[in-house]
Amino acid sequence: MGRKLLFDKAHIEGIRYYDVYRANGGYGSAEKALKSMTPDQVLDEVKKSGLRGRGGAGFPTGMKWSFIAKPEGVPRYLVCNADESEPGTFKDRYLMEFIPHLLIEGLLISSYTLGCNSCYIYIRGEYAWIPDILEQAIAEAKKNGWLGKNIQGTGFDLEIYVQRGAGAYICGEETALIESLEGKRGNPRIKPPFPAVKGLWDCPTVVNNVETLAAVVPILRIGGDEYSKYGLGKSTGTKLISACGNINKPGVYEIEMNISVEEFIYSDEYCGGIANGKRLKACIPGGSSVPILPANLLLKTAKGEQRMMTYESLADGGFATGTMLGSGGFIVLDEDQCIVKNTLTFARFYHHESCGQCSPCREGTGWMKRVLQNIENGKGKMSDIDLLWDIQRKIEGNTICPLGDAAAWPVAAAIRHFRDEFEWHVLHPDEATKRNYGLAHYADPLEIAAPAAV
Amino acid sequence: MFSEEKLNKVKEIIARYPAGKQKSALIPVLHLAQEEFGGWLSAETMDYVASLLQIKPIEVYEVATFYSMFNLKPVGKYVFEVCQTGPCMLLGSDNIIDYIKKKLDIGVGETTKDGLFTLKTVECLGACGYAPMMQLGKHYREHLTPEKVDAIIEECRVKAN
Amino acid sequence: MAEEKKLFKVKIDNISVEVEPGTSILNAARKIGGDIVPPAMCYYSKLQGSGGKCRTCLVKVTKGSEADPRPMPKLVASCRTNVMDGMEVANITSPEVQEARKGVVEFLLLNHPLDCPVCDQAGECHLQDLSYEHGAETTRYEFKRRTFDRIDIGDKIQLHMTRCILCYRCVFTADQLTEKREHGVLGRGEAAEIGTYIQQSLDNNFIGNVIDVCPVGALTDKTFRFKNRVWFLKAVDAHRQCEDPKCCGKTVLWMRGDEVFRVTARKDKYGEVEDWICDTCRFDKKDVKDWVIEGPRNIDRHSVISQGHYVGVHKPKDTLVEVLDGRQPKLLLDIHSISQVNRPDIDLSQIDGPAHSDDFNKQ
Repeated sequence: MGRKLLFDKAHIEGIRYYDVYRANGGYGSAEKALKSMTPDQVLDEVKKSGLRGRGGAGFPTGMKWSFIAKPEGVPRYLVCNADESEPGTFKDRYLMEFIPHLLIEGLLISSYTLGCNSCYIYIRGEYAWIPDILEQAIAEAKKNGWLGKNIQGTGFDLEIYVQRGAGAYICGEETALIESLEGKRGNPRIKPPFPAVKGLWDCPTVVNNVETLAAVVPILRIGGDEYSKYGLGKSTGTKLISACGNINKPGVYEIEMNISVEEFIYSDEYCGGIANGKRLKACIPGGSSVPILPANLLLKTAKGEQRMMTYESLADGGFATGTMLGSGGFIVLDEDQCIVKNTLTFARFYHHESCGQCSPCREGTGWMKRVLQNIENGKGKMSDIDLLWDIQRKIEGNTICPLGDAAAWPVAAAIRHFRDEFEWHVLHPDEATKRNYGLAHYADPLEIAAPAAV
Repeated sequence: MFSEEKLNKVKEIIARYPAGKQKSALIPVLHLAQEEFGGWLSAETMDYVASLLQIKPIEVYEVATFYSMFNLKPVGKYVFEVCQTGPCMLLGSDNIIDYIKKKLDIGVGETTKDGLFTLKTVECLGACGYAPMMQLGKHYREHLTPEKVDAIIEECRVKAN
Repeated sequence: MAEEKKLFKVKIDNISVEVEPGTSILNAARKIGGDIVPPAMCYYSKLQGSGGKCRTCLVKVTKGSEADPRPMPKLVASCRTNVMDGMEVANITSPEVQEARKGVVEFLLLNHPLDCPVCDQAGECHLQDLSYEHGAETTRYEFKRRTFDRIDIGDKIQLHMTRCILCYRCVFTADQLTEKREHGVLGRGEAAEIGTYIQQSLDNNFIGNVIDVCPVGALTDKTFRFKNRVWFLKAVDAHRQCEDPKCCGKTVLWMRGDEVFRVTARKDKYGEVEDWICDTCRFDKKDVKDWVIEGPRNIDRHSVISQGHYVGVHKPKDTLVEVLDGRQPKLLLDIHSISQVNRPDIDLSQIDGPAHSDDFNKQ
């Protein structure tokens, strides 16, 4: 069994409630931080832990926190990003539903570190039942002196509020989230200024993912140094992976970042292998926006090394032969799945979720969707494949926020690795509407280029 | 018009934000209004919300038309919001959508003649591991099969009577 | 003695300029002027918060600053990125920027109806200029373009959303110039539109300025619609003592003979108004007696608007003959003999006011 830091007590009956959570050592980290440490000491622990943002970008959390501006007399805000909307990702939902106090404790420690007295949890509107769970937990924490005025006699005040979104993927982008929290359309802001200087209501603001903030609790419990010994290299600690698609055991798993992709897919501890005895065709390991990889590149890197579930190993080879850990939305496709169809659903998703503010994304996402629809419906042309490539290239990097990149990457990677499947669709329109391309050569062992002689 | 109780709820929501930032309450109050006034937001409802929060009506329209959860037209009593994005598609959401269409004899975006059911397709709702799925009211219905859809429809019909 | 302000040295396309801290790359480029100024479709220096959306002004920052010389990883919107001391920027010298801009123009035109022949904005349309300078010859878009119904917003302004490129300038204008904003951006993504949601007339004495800030023909002046093409009109600077204290009263009259066809604010070479004018001046003062005429408006000679003015034109010296040392060029084709329009019997310099197609129809 892999070591766990977040879900180590998730199996305990009633851990959702304060009494059980507290009886199992809950709020111990908060107690330690508030009573025996200065904010700077807590920040040091987080820095030492090597914790990286779990929302997708993987930016070092300690560094992000140290950027927050501290002008005199201006309130600072901590905003918890619970707008989990990336296709394939449903880990924060699990955490909030089953161990809400872990998040609240994390928020408390983080707010103390950043000097925030108000904290907002921005949760996607569709998770309509979770605010009740969180609000109940907040009320419990308040009743027991962990929130409100003068927390545990330390003089620190904190209020946590839950705010529901109303259906907009773009609000997972931190500045769009802030706009939405201010009661506006979720149009991402043009940076700079960054939220750390001018965020919510123009005040310094830190926006962190649910899992990131929850991870602060075990960091304080075991210490930053100890936390950094979990995982491999710069991928320290544990990561929640939400596994879905054609696997035997879909669900949310906490992994230590030192296991291989192969182990994650095939071991009974995690996904339990491909469902219905099928073979693995492709996988999108970090949520819909990260590049899709064919089976052969997924399990081994282009250099022939075992691919691991870490930020670095998944990204090995860049976009040419690698992908990203992203938010940990692990989508597995078996041999019967159609890459064109899958790419189309993602293109449709990004088209649906584009805010419409800047032209490449507003116009380009719809264009890609329509071209893909043509290919899928047997009306594609060979030139459409190059056209798609060109459209995604002109969106990527040219938009206000990363949604443009997120829309471009899945299309780019699908064409990069599965071009022959696209071509087959174009050349055999009738057949393509009846059957799928199948596994083809996508799981064949790769030829490893011999290292160049020195 | 909101009841006394709901008005208190609005006040409580506004109190979450610093003075003068009551516009932040817009999305929560729109949710409240949609629940209260028939599952959708009419122009009158939006104007009323604007007056409650002391903002211009256009500020409400701008927001209400941006977020996909706000209905700007009347919907049925039960709205089936079926996810069709990648992970759900892999596990057969298209078949579920087709099944509901046939069963209720409506297209996507349409409401049954008795005003009971509306079918909507939505993009990823964060239940990818429990696909195919749909949202029905406040909750998710997961691992859908035609049999489960039948049971859900029956359940709604019973509740409506 | 006032402390001397430290200026930032910036290089744009290898041309150096010194600007005050806080200046955007775009404005630094405008200080240099000429070809290296990035085009801007949504930025408007007089509107707070504008810019960053259309992405036509993307440039490459090849050197971040003297202190941190690293280049910026992505292209940046020059209108919303401030200069740093020692920054180096590539615009027309960067093939990457040119390529990206071509892409942006294609995106902006993707759903644009290209109905220039029936559009009042033709001749003074920024999208027309932009696509002429940076666009491709053909479109690769094979799908139905999105269309909207025309809406009257008030009795003086028409909104034709089909042509809109969502620059948000009119929204900022209404928000910043009038007390009550009644139109805004509705819908999301590709379906986003400018609108009032419930049909509403925009009733405010400064709302007419939305027509002037619109870079395309989405917002047009109903008192002028289809009355004339702008290049048939003569633009003159004029002013009047306006009763509205917020109105500068300085305008451009677009005339033909003694008739005032329309009134607009004065615009600079980047198409931005110099000062706002009120709706009374714009819509109601169409009599030349209302105005003190200052003289002809200087219109960029590259503009199609400056093409129609023939009065007082002197025949140029026959330089070709000079070059040929007095030999007469051989006439290969006498265009006048076959042209229906350019008839030799009509002396353009004799036509009073700008030439009009009517002038050629007279027998």
